[in-house]
Amino acid sequence: MTATMPTDGVGITALDSAAGLPDGWEMVIGLEVHAELATKTKLFSGARNEFGGEPNRHIDPTTLGLPGSLPVLNEKAVEHAIRVGLALNCAIQPSVFSRKNYFYPDMPKDFQISQYDLPIDGEGWLDLPNGKRVGIERAHLEEDTGKSTHVGGSGRISGAEYSLVDYNRAGVPLLEIVGRPDLRSAEDAATYVSELREILVAIGASDGKLEEGSMRVDANVSVRRTGDPFGLRCEIKNVNSLRSMRRAIDYEAARQIDLIESGGRVRQETRHWDEASGRTLSGRSKEQAEDYRYFPEPDLLPVVPDPEWIERIRATLPLLPAQRRARLAGAAGVPATEASVVIAVERHLDDLAVGAIEAGADPLRTLTHVEHNLAVEGADKLTARAFAALVTMEVGGQLTATQTKAVLAELIDGGGDGDPRAIASAKGYEAMDSGSLEGAIDTVIAANVDQWERFVADPAVRGKLSGFFIGQVMKATKGKADGKAVTAYLQQRAGG
Amino acid sequence: MSGTAAALAADVRAGRRTARSVVEEHLAAIGAGDGEIHAFNLVTTDEALAQADAVDAKVARGEDPGPLAGVPVALKDNLCTRGVPTTCSSRILEGWRPPYDATVVQRLAAAGGIMVGKTNLDEFAMGSSTENSAFGPTRNPHDTSRVPGGSSGGSAAAVAAGFAPLALGSDTGGSIRQPAALCGVVGLKPTYGRVSRYGLVAFASSLDQIGPFAATVADAALLYDVIAGHDALDSTSIPEALAPTAPGVATGVDGLRVGIISEMLDGSLAPDPDVARQLRAAAAALTAAGAEVDEVSVPAAIYGLSAYYLIAPAEASSNLARFDGVRYGLRVDAPTTGEMQRRSRTAGFGPEVKRRIMLGTYALSAGYYDAYYGKAQRVRTLIMRDFDAAYERFDLLLSPTSPTTAFAVGAKSDDPLTMYLNDVYTIPSNLAGHPAISVPFGTGDDGLPVGVQLLGPNLSEATMLRAAAVLEEAAK
Repeated sequence: MTATMPTDGVGITALDSAAGLPDGWEMVIGLEVHAELATKTKLFSGARNEFGGEPNRHIDPTTLGLPGSLPVLNEKAVEHAIRVGLALNCAIQPSVFSRKNYFYPDMPKDFQISQYDLPIDGEGWLDLPNGKRVGIERAHLEEDTGKSTHVGGSGRISGAEYSLVDYNRAGVPLLEIVGRPDLRSAEDAATYVSELREILVAIGASDGKLEEGSMRVDANVSVRRTGDPFGLRCEIKNVNSLRSMRRAIDYEAARQIDLIESGGRVRQETRHWDEASGRTLSGRSKEQAEDYRYFPEPDLLPVVPDPEWIERIRATLPLLPAQRRARLAGAAGVPATEASVVIAVERHLDDLAVGAIEAGADPLRTLTHVEHNLAVEGADKLTARAFAALVTMEVGGQLTATQTKAVLAELIDGGGDGDPRAIASAKGYEAMDSGSLEGAIDTVIAANVDQWERFVADPAVRGKLSGFFIGQVMKATKGKADGKAVTAYLQQRAGG
Repeated sequence: MSGTAAALAADVRAGRRTARSVVEEHLAAIGAGDGEIHAFNLVTTDEALAQADAVDAKVARGEDPGPLAGVPVALKDNLCTRGVPTTCSSRILEGWRPPYDATVVQRLAAAGGIMVGKTNLDEFAMGSSTENSAFGPTRNPHDTSRVPGGSSGGSAAAVAAGFAPLALGSDTGGSIRQPAALCGVVGLKPTYGRVSRYGLVAFASSLDQIGPFAATVADAALLYDVIAGHDALDSTSIPEALAPTAPGVATGVDGLRVGIISEMLDGSLAPDPDVARQLRAAAAALTAAGAEVDEVSVPAAIYGLSAYYLIAPAEASSNLARFDGVRYGLRVDAPTTGEMQRRSRTAGFGPEVKRRIMLGTYALSAGYYDAYYGKAQRVRTLIMRDFDAAYERFDLLLSPTSPTTAFAVGAKSDDPLTMYLNDVYTIPSNLAGHPAISVPFGTGDDGLPVGVQLLGPNLSEATMLRAAAVLEEAAK
């Protein structure tokens, strides 16, 4: 591989493509996600499954593929695979490990043990927060490879002076989750990955860290004119963050469209995302793909999970993001696709919100606070009871919106022993009764007769002027007045 | 030499002899005779004496030194021994010392057995004459112009020459039984999964099985009982515990139903006439001892050889990929990693190994998989089905072990297909996963040993050893 730019991508940058696709074009994306499973030991041996560390410390004869060593399947990895399968609505099925044969120095046996034609998790699906359903084709267990560092030359294996291999990662259990090509935008692809990560973390199957490589995404991207059959796809590798994935997909789709529109043809190949140049670069061509000579791994038995075991695992699954959105939406009486609901679940504040609503807090007001005022450290320590009490005070007019926010902040900081009333009274947020509020407003009107006459005469300026009056009333009452109540009184006095 | 393994162990356990004296005696025999035989790739003198002293110390302390106390055991050089070179008789493993012991090696040591050395084999156990060794052929102790059989020829010859009363070999298509027959010793291939393969350098994983060589059936049972049993490090290991076989070895075959496999007597796979004659004599001996003997057809068995030469090379092509010069063994430097791997493998593997890697790679290729590997696996199923049918009527089956007695060194080494035919009677048991034993029974027209083979269903080792003991007695 040389450093020259590929001729098939000249003139296109990720910046151009971010503007969106030309009319009549559609992109088709299918994602393959590799998740490292959160086991203590490796997929086929007792060596530790641990990120980083001194090179070649987490090894043993099986990890190194020493002659005579044999694999023994890690039951916990199977349990995690089943857990993921259940969370993705997959059929859990009898599975068989196969050998994928090819020579590579960071693969100790020069074959990878992977599930091939009989994966543990069959067809399933994942619902995105926006309501779109993405099909899951399968998810299968396989072992990770080691890591090579090529020293000298270009830093690639060819031309390097020598290469160093670290087998700490070799044999780490991976679950490859193969999504169907149901995604139509980079944004949806990113949402899919976030949602999947959320699920993996929620069920304890993986720590889902893209940066550390414990979750790795390959994106299959193709384009077509709307209504046409699928085009030839390219597989984009080396996307290490959601941002680079979005950029890579947008770039790649634009590249393919440009290629087709200028009379060229897309070649099915693997391409590498180059973060620095914002391009995908041609890798090995799929037409010359190696023949992996798959055959069933004779050193391992087929995996046939006991249905009772599967049910026991199912019983331990926590509520998943989609279920949590549905639960909160149900409690609040809004659609599950509502932004505030999605955000509440994303921030893990849905238990709090549901608790508050169940304790009698106004649902919409509760969601508004979760969405706008609780994106802070410690928000998860807020109790539903205190939160509900606060929202109820606000809705009942005992606190203004401004005061409510102040009390909320104090509550999160642990003030008032968790009692919003105590905080409100300590701050001197006395509720104004309507008599004294109206008195205060009358005083302000008397002091601003010109503005009041315009307010009464011309309904068109009332919006603007009510802001003025509210400001004056707030000033006079030191912020104790409720803005909404002020507006209502002004309208009423002006005669509707 | 000085008696059976059972007798030696009894003497050492009772303090009548020291393990050191037993081991020294055998090391002396090796020193005197192995220059001609070349049974050993390596004689582990220091380790053996240290192990012997440890056994003697146990006896002195009044501790149980184990059922094999002080008994010298020769290990096929494809069994991993911690810190001791393990070569598979291949240049590719040059300089490699395993950092761990095979499970069978651990069990031997725990039973008081003494490793006296690593024995020669056909490179990576691929062959039937021990001529495919990078370190030169092993000779048959009965006639040094003849091969000992293979691939465990070194282990068979070591026992036949009296270098060790016991040896371990591995059997993928007959590699224990055929050399046992040609060297006139007992060789048992246990049920697949009965003996842990952990630490056995793999040839064909779904067929490989470790088993004992001994001069007597009782000794073979003794060693089998030590090495058999579940091992969590081998996923294909059978979990069931079984009673030891040695105590029942002499209990006879009265009422046992034995079927002679007709295809292997006078059918399409008939052996040499002298071998066939001994087989009939063996059948008569079993009848005389009270067994009911009849002929039985196992029709699919004739396809065993063809299926084997697809399945075994296919698995081997994958198992041997790891010998790439990157982590251990031979490395021939080159400008690129790929070229280094190519040169290392070209220099490190012998011609038979290369032939099988190519055969296996082809059999697994896209577009050929179903026609070759897939079909061979279906043949395997048919063979199992035919055996199962035979075992509805019979407790054991009887056949020759090898079509001929030991042949001359060099006689078949230029003709792989003729060489492959040596294993025609032994291969079906590996394909079925069933146990089988070869026991010496008389000699051929050339005066060389003939072996007969007893086959049985899974986990029938105890029955098989009883019948083998009857044949052993009758052949005296």
